[in-house]
Amino acid sequence: MSALKISDMVGRHGLLQAVKGLSLDIPEGETLAVIGANGAGKTTMMRMIAGLHPVAEGEIALAGTPITQMPAHARLKAGIAMSPEGRRLFEDMSVRENLMIAAENGRRGDWTLASVCDAFGQITPLLDRAAGGLSGGQRQAVAIGRALVANPSVLLLDEVSLGLSPAAVEGLYQSLEGLKGHLTMIVVEQDLTRAMAFADRIICLAEGIIELDGKPQDLTRQQITDAYFGIHKTPEGGHA
Amino acid sequence: MKTTHILPMPLSDRWLIGLACLVFVALALLPLVASALVVDKLTLLFILIMFAVMWNLLAGYAGLVSVGQQAFVGLGGYAMIRLVEAGLPPFPAIFMGAALTGLAAWVLSWFVLRMKVGEFAIATWVIAEAIRAVVSFDPLIQGETGTSLVALNAYAPEIRRLTVYLLALASMGVMIWGTWRLLHGRIGAQSQAIRDDEGAAASVGISTFQVKQRIYIIASVGCALAGALWLASAITFQPRTAFGVQWSVFMLFMVLVGGLGTFIGPILGALLFFALQEIFGDFGAWYLAGIGIVAIVFALYLPRGLVGLWLDRGCDEPLSMRKRLGLAPGQTPRA
Amino acid sequence: MLESLIQGILLGGYYAVLAAGLSLMFGVVRFINLAHGDMAVLGAMGALWLVQTMGFGVPAAIALTLPAMAALGWLMQRLIFERALAGGFLIPILTTIGLAAALQNGMFAVFGSDTKSLGAHIGALSWSSWQLPGNIFIGKLPVYMFVTAIVVLGVLHLLLTRTPFGRAVRATSTDAEAAALCGVDARRVHRWAAAIAVALAGLAGIFLALRAQVTPFSGPMMLIFAFEAVVIGGIGSLRGTLIGGIALGVAQTFGGMISPQFSILAGHCLFLGVLAFRLMRVAANDRGGWRSAIVAVFLHRDRLRRKA
Repeated sequence: MSALKISDMVGRHGLLQAVKGLSLDIPEGETLAVIGANGAGKTTMMRMIAGLHPVAEGEIALAGTPITQMPAHARLKAGIAMSPEGRRLFEDMSVRENLMIAAENGRRGDWTLASVCDAFGQITPLLDRAAGGLSGGQRQAVAIGRALVANPSVLLLDEVSLGLSPAAVEGLYQSLEGLKGHLTMIVVEQDLTRAMAFADRIICLAEGIIELDGKPQDLTRQQITDAYFGIHKTPEGGHA
Repeated sequence: MKTTHILPMPLSDRWLIGLACLVFVALALLPLVASALVVDKLTLLFILIMFAVMWNLLAGYAGLVSVGQQAFVGLGGYAMIRLVEAGLPPFPAIFMGAALTGLAAWVLSWFVLRMKVGEFAIATWVIAEAIRAVVSFDPLIQGETGTSLVALNAYAPEIRRLTVYLLALASMGVMIWGTWRLLHGRIGAQSQAIRDDEGAAASVGISTFQVKQRIYIIASVGCALAGALWLASAITFQPRTAFGVQWSVFMLFMVLVGGLGTFIGPILGALLFFALQEIFGDFGAWYLAGIGIVAIVFALYLPRGLVGLWLDRGCDEPLSMRKRLGLAPGQTPRA
Repeated sequence: MLESLIQGILLGGYYAVLAAGLSLMFGVVRFINLAHGDMAVLGAMGALWLVQTMGFGVPAAIALTLPAMAALGWLMQRLIFERALAGGFLIPILTTIGLAAALQNGMFAVFGSDTKSLGAHIGALSWSSWQLPGNIFIGKLPVYMFVTAIVVLGVLHLLLTRTPFGRAVRATSTDAEAAALCGVDARRVHRWAAAIAVALAGLAGIFLALRAQVTPFSGPMMLIFAFEAVVIGGIGSLRGTLIGGIALGVAQTFGGMISPQFSILAGHCLFLGVLAFRLMRVAANDRGGWRSAIVAVFLHRDRLRRKA
């Protein structure tokens, strides 16, 4: 059973096509890492799945139900949650309030304020601090917690480790490791080694299309590097 | 390599300009045959067109949505009254008053142009109210009662009517022509760059403040001149009327209905507004309420105004300020 | 002097209620409703109509008017403002100016131009007062209105800080996209915010009708007062709005001691002064704070000029 199915999805920024006919089928419980150079369309793809960016052409289906036209807030209730690029916490509010908003408007389930604090231990002492005063790693933990507390079936994590210290990244991935298998995850990760170690499957985007798709153990470093820079072009890759 | 050059003005625009010149000459000769009523009405129309053209310059080209242009309408009239009181003949006082108002606008510009859009809209209005209150303190104005330009009674009514008519016609002509020149010149290009992308404009070295300041002062002088001409035809000066927000509402209506940020739009809007006033003006409050509803409908469904309707049919904007680039023969435009 | 101060503070409660709606719309929906004052007048006219034509008592009329105003606000957001907001920064200003003109002249056509007041329908309350030591008289009505204002603003404050709806409102106003990711439907939040804002405007209009007179053309002045209170107090906080309202009320009563005409002008001057101070502070911060800005202007003027 596929958790998320994307067919021929096209996304534009004005006249520019950022995502060019992308198709992807993600089985339930899979952890998918998305890699690619800056401007490859990773963030646009994530925003389109979350409902923040309009889908110009194509379809998105969540567990078989089409959600292409569904607005972002309704997608949260349908089961898609995202920790966006830049974390986007509500800076003037406390960490507790940040989490409560998502809990109040999301789905009911196993994830509550308490269980999120258990999974991300560093959040607990911060609950009553203003989100604006947190460090980068703490912000990312809260952003992930905010997405989790809505009890999603598909969790989108954009740019998990961007701008964080190695220690903070290590801590976050340890917590994320515990989520694997319980829900479907799509992770945009710039750190190739980290992505290879964490994900069940890796796709590499270049100029808005999937250049490479496979399991980490089946892919060679060279293949990934070529795909990353868009050097390797297969005829059926459809690269214009 | 592709070479581009600026296309010459389209033929239809040349015809339009020729026609406008003919109309102008015809209007100048009209008082020879027309009745006093027609002359008075046309004077009002010219004043409306001036208001619309000036407000369009401000909002459409500099992005300054002012709800406080009545400050300058009123100040123009007030300065005229003060100058006449000081011994200046009334007709030169019109222009002197407008120039003095420009000075006031220059002073104000340092303050108001630093505000954000919304703040600017209401703060200019508050400033107009504050100026009205201060002007009402002037013993010459006698508070809300107002005063009359008795000096104008020294002229025979026909002479006065004709002079105001010709001055209004000439001022309108100068304003339309001046706006045309202005927008085809450096300021026009700069203001359009600012309108399209303020940050980008600033990064290529355009001083957005300076451009806005110039346009603000020009529009203020224009409104003051039109306001003084209106006073010269109405004779009585009451602070509540002269500084009333209705001037800005009318300006906004005309520009919005005609087509904001187009050259010909405000003139069309003024003609339509004038026609509506002539046809429905007798309905009083219901007419004005209708004007408000028309404004809402245009803002929501036809934000580009009557000119927008024309553009939607695939036609070129008449008298567009946008310079068109052409390709050298044999070249095809890139998709 | 002290009496004027107290009167000014009490007047400030009315201004704070008037301003709170404008501030809420501006802070949450990012929308300046230039017809806010006319909405207030509409609320007053509605209450007056219920009392004078339909024969309701004043409390019943208020109880009926406020929900009706809230419904009107919801509908306006749904039918007009949403569409206007999608059109960029210009369209909302143009739309609400049109709305203001339509409301003013529509009410003029329906209700006529005579000034109306609810004062005649509340009996002794409109003139009775308490005497404080020092021969100071304080009207009962202004005190009741001030207390109502504090209660209303307090409840609104609790609503915004303690409830899921309030959290959704604050989240939407800080970052609408992030709020959507948290399941908040911004349009729904905006509609309810507009409902509250217009109900607040209606309450302010009723206050005005209780303590003075309203005409169909009172709206623009009310909008100006509301905007002045919002700017003086600082946008985006209810406490600031209350302080701004009180500052405006005090400025106007003190101005009124000099001459009646000076009353409103004093409020304008305070507003323009505060605005000028803020703009100068921004300009000073751009140059590294007040001290270095002053140094730059007075000591290094020639250097600045050379740079320009």
